[in-house]
Order: sequence, then C-alpha cells, then structure tokens
Amino acid sequence: MENKSTITVEGLTKYYGNFLAVDHVIFNVNHGELFGFLGPNGAGKTTTVRILTGVINAEEGSALVMGYPAGSLQAKQLSGVVPELANAYIDLSTWDNLMLMAELYRVRASEAKRRAEALLQEVGLHEKRNHLVKTFSLGMRKRLILCLALVSEPHVLFLDEPTSGLDVQSTRLIRGTLRKLRNEGKTIFLTTHNMDEANELCDRVAIINHGKLVAIDTPERLRIGAGRFHVVEIGFESPVAAETLSQLPSVDKVEEAGNKVKIYTENPCGLVASLVDFSRAHSLPMVALNILTPSLEDAFVRLTEEVGHDR
Amino acid sequence: MIDSSVALDQVRRSLTIAKKDLRIYYAKGPVVIFGILMPTFLFLAFSIGRQMPVNLLIPGLLGMAVFFTATAVSPVVVPWETQARTLERLASCPVAVWTILLGDMLASVIFGAAISLVAILIGLFSGANIQYPFILAIGVILAALCFSSMALIFSFPATSSPATIMMLSSLIKFPLVFVSGVFMPVGELPAWAKVIASLSPLTYFTEVTRYCIGGTSHYPLSVSLLLLLMFTILFWGAAVILHKRTLPKRL
Repeated sequence: MENKSTITVEGLTKYYGNFLAVDHVIFNVNHGELFGFLGPNGAGKTTTVRILTGVINAEEGSALVMGYPAGSLQAKQLSGVVPELANAYIDLSTWDNLMLMAELYRVRASEAKRRAEALLQEVGLHEKRNHLVKTFSLGMRKRLILCLALVSEPHVLFLDEPTSGLDVQSTRLIRGTLRKLRNEGKTIFLTTHNMDEANELCDRVAIINHGKLVAIDTPERLRIGAGRFHVVEIGFESPVAAETLSQLPSVDKVEEAGNKVKIYTENPCGLVASLVDFSRAHSLPMVALNILTPSLEDAFVRLTEEVGHDR
Repeated sequence: MIDSSVALDQVRRSLTIAKKDLRIYYAKGPVVIFGILMPTFLFLAFSIGRQMPVNLLIPGLLGMAVFFTATAVSPVVVPWETQARTLERLASCPVAVWTILLGDMLASVIFGAAISLVAILIGLFSGANIQYPFILAIGVILAALCFSSMALIFSFPATSSPATIMMLSSLIKFPLVFVSGVFMPVGELPAWAKVIASLSPLTYFTEVTRYCIGGTSHYPLSVSLLLLLMFTILFWGAAVILHKRTLPKRL
C-alpha cells in the first residue's frame, strides 16, 4: 500500500456552544486505506465526518482531503458521502435520484447512465429503478444512498454508520461493496459502532471518546494492546456470587454472564491457579473454564472507559 | 474572489437544483392551483362591485400573481429539505451555499413567470392593452428574481418546520400587498402611504406593469426598473450571508 495521506487532519476542534464536540484531533488516512472511526454515541464521530465532508466548519485546526481543504468544492468533487441520517429524494425514482446526483457532480449523461446501471445491479435495486423512493424500506434506501455516493466514482468515500439499523442482507451487501471498493484502491473513511464490522473491514481504526482521539492503530494491534487484560470465563456446578470471586488474587473485574462469570485479569495463569484452589476449597467442581483473548470490543471498552474515568 | 469558470460551473449546477425543485416542489396540482387562485381571489375580492377600468385592474392582478407565486414555495424548500434529511446530502455535493440558493431562486422565477402568463392572458381577454410587451417581460423576470430572493430571506432561520417559515412569510407578504399600490395606483395614495409604498419592491413592479399596460406610472420606468434591480441585489446578498450562517446549524 502506498504510504501517502489522502486525508490529513491537524488539531481539528469543534464546539457546539460551550460543548467541546471535537478536541484537537490529529490523524491521517493513507491512500487506498479503509479507515474505521469508532466511538460511543456523542463521542464526536459524526461531527468529524461532517467537517471532513464540508457540511459544517471547524473552529480550529485544518483538514485536507486529497490535498484540498475539507469542504472546498475541489475536495467535495473528489469525495462521495453516505451521511448517517440522510435520505434520497422520496418523490423521485431511484433512477432520477442517481441522475440528479450525477448532474450535481457534472458526470456526462452517457457515463452516468452506464455507472447507474452497474451500481443498481450490484446492490440489487435494478428492478426497482423506476420506483419512487418513498416505497423503499430502510435497507433499500441505504443501498440507494451508497449508489448516490458512488455514481461520481469518488476517490474518497465517507460513510457515517452505513449499516446501522439494517437487516442482515443489506448489511452484508454494503460490507461486500466496501470490501470491493477497498480492493479497487478507494480510500474509505467509515464511522461505526459495530466492532465486528470494524474488525472485519478496516485496515486501521481510530477510537474517539468525548471528542478526544484515544487510540489509532490496526485492529490487531489494538486488541494486543488491550491484551494486558485477559478474560477468564468460568462456570461452577452451583452459582457463585461475583462478589465472592472478586476477592480472589489477580482479579481486576468480575462480570456475570448468564450461568458463567467473566473475570478480567492481568495474570491469567495466576487467576486460573486461584480458581482451581477456590474450587477445591469449596468442593465446587468447575463445569467450564475458558481463557479468552481480548476482542476489539474489549479494547474499545477499555480505552473509552479509561478516558471516561480521566475526565 | 471566485474564478469565473468555477462560477459558471456552479451556475450550471444550480440549474440542476432548479430542475429538481420544479419536479419535486412545484409540479404539483395544489401548488399550481394555489399559485393561480390565490392572487385571482384576492383581486376579485377587491375589484368586484367597483367600476375600475381594466387597464387599472390588470396591473394589480399581475403584480399579485408574480408576487405570490415567486414567494410561494421558495421559502419552504430549505426547511422541507432539512425535515426530509435531503439537505445534508445536497450540502455535501460540490455546490456552494449560493449555488443551492440560486437553484431555489431560479425554480421560483420560472414558476412565477409561468403563472404570470395566466394573469396576462386574463388581461388580454378582458381587453387590456399591453403597450410595451418587451418591457413587461423584462419587468416580470426582474420582479420574479426580486421576490424570490426576498422569499429566500424568509427561510434563513435554522428551523426544519416549513409551517413556521410559512407563517413568517405570510406575516410579511400580506401587509406588503396592501401598501404597494396594487389595489390603487401610487399616484392616488396619500403622502404618508406613498412613503411606505416607496419602501416596498412590489410597488416598483406594479409601477412597471401600469406603465406597460396603462401607459402611465407615478415613478419613471427607469427608476422602477433600477430600484427593482437594487432590491434584488440587496435581497440576494442578504439571503446568501444569512443562509451561510445558518445552514450548518440545520444539519
């Protein structure tokens, strides 16, 4: 992969009144990279995307898209956008929405028709090309909005929660399209809540919380980084109170998980030895014992909680 | 300064926005019927029972037709699009704020000019004598530009409720009709009313129509046309500045 920045963000800051929504955020997105932007609700993800796509302005800092200031006409011309809550024109047909978007990006009519045909085939909306969008389900609308973003063949694609609230088929279709676009060399900036999605699709992810960037790395490295905390999942023949287990050595945190208990620890070997001793001492046979490697979700929870506690 | 080729390119994109507006917001039966009926009924309410010559009545009808149609839909397009969540999509396209507004204004001008033809046809069937059709056509287009840019100012508050904007625009539009020499030529108004009338852009359009149809007007034609142009520039500039400030707050 070419190590050249397509998106460069330096000290980006945005206030809503006195509320600091984005706090001096710095990152780069490389050419051809699928970059995930993760964070809990209200963390500043959508605000950042809106600044990068020129919908709102930042108070401080700078952002460049393909070398042009974010929000400039040149940057917008090279970008495709799938906003989180945006809609297509419901009183127009699928086809007319696509032609409208192509005209707004000044795509030649013959080229626009060729691209629209191909895109509609790809997302399974070709048969609905003459239907009004008002008759569409959420999943169909999201697929159409993805097509609207792609009809100009953008160099950079911004997607804000593209699969949020969608059925399995639409989600798989959108994820498949994103994988294909990434393989074609498009740069993709994806915000999502979905850790599996980020883990499965993204080359690198950034985690934002309370407007601050708390981590930026590959999903694998973030998981390893969170690896100092392992999870030991244990089940006994009779239920044991989480509070009792929290008294054992090497225990960081205990969570009940159905008929099992999840114990977070920095010393899994020591903890397993303690659990075996506990089982023998109380004559409580163990029915399950698993040492789980941390997931991206664990890393995310750990990182966002740390910043939350720091504030 | 904007490069002229970029500006021309943006004007082309504004035509796309105008085309979209005409299809989505104007080409609907109720909108067209409202555009024709509203000024006609207002006009009939005032003229029935009064023995006014047709050359005095038709300029008023034409003035109201252009005024009401050019200001009917354009104030609510932006709040409608905010509510329907299509504005963010549009704002992320390679178009400037003024391009979006120009598109909205052009759609309004086309609609206003088209509906004015109905008023002109009523005038012709009623026996009105249009002495200067070319000047009248220029006046209609200039007035439609002026009124639609004024209507864009009504929509600057960052609300997603079209009803709020409709109420605000009605509060301004209706009083303006009564102080603009629509129902009575400016020359026949008392001095204080003449001063108020001079502040309304609609006055200068009715003056142009009276000149073109009746052959007489209180203000010279060149003054009326110039003032219409100045109001247009003023309203357009104000609309762009205000919408630039409020557009990000809508999204």
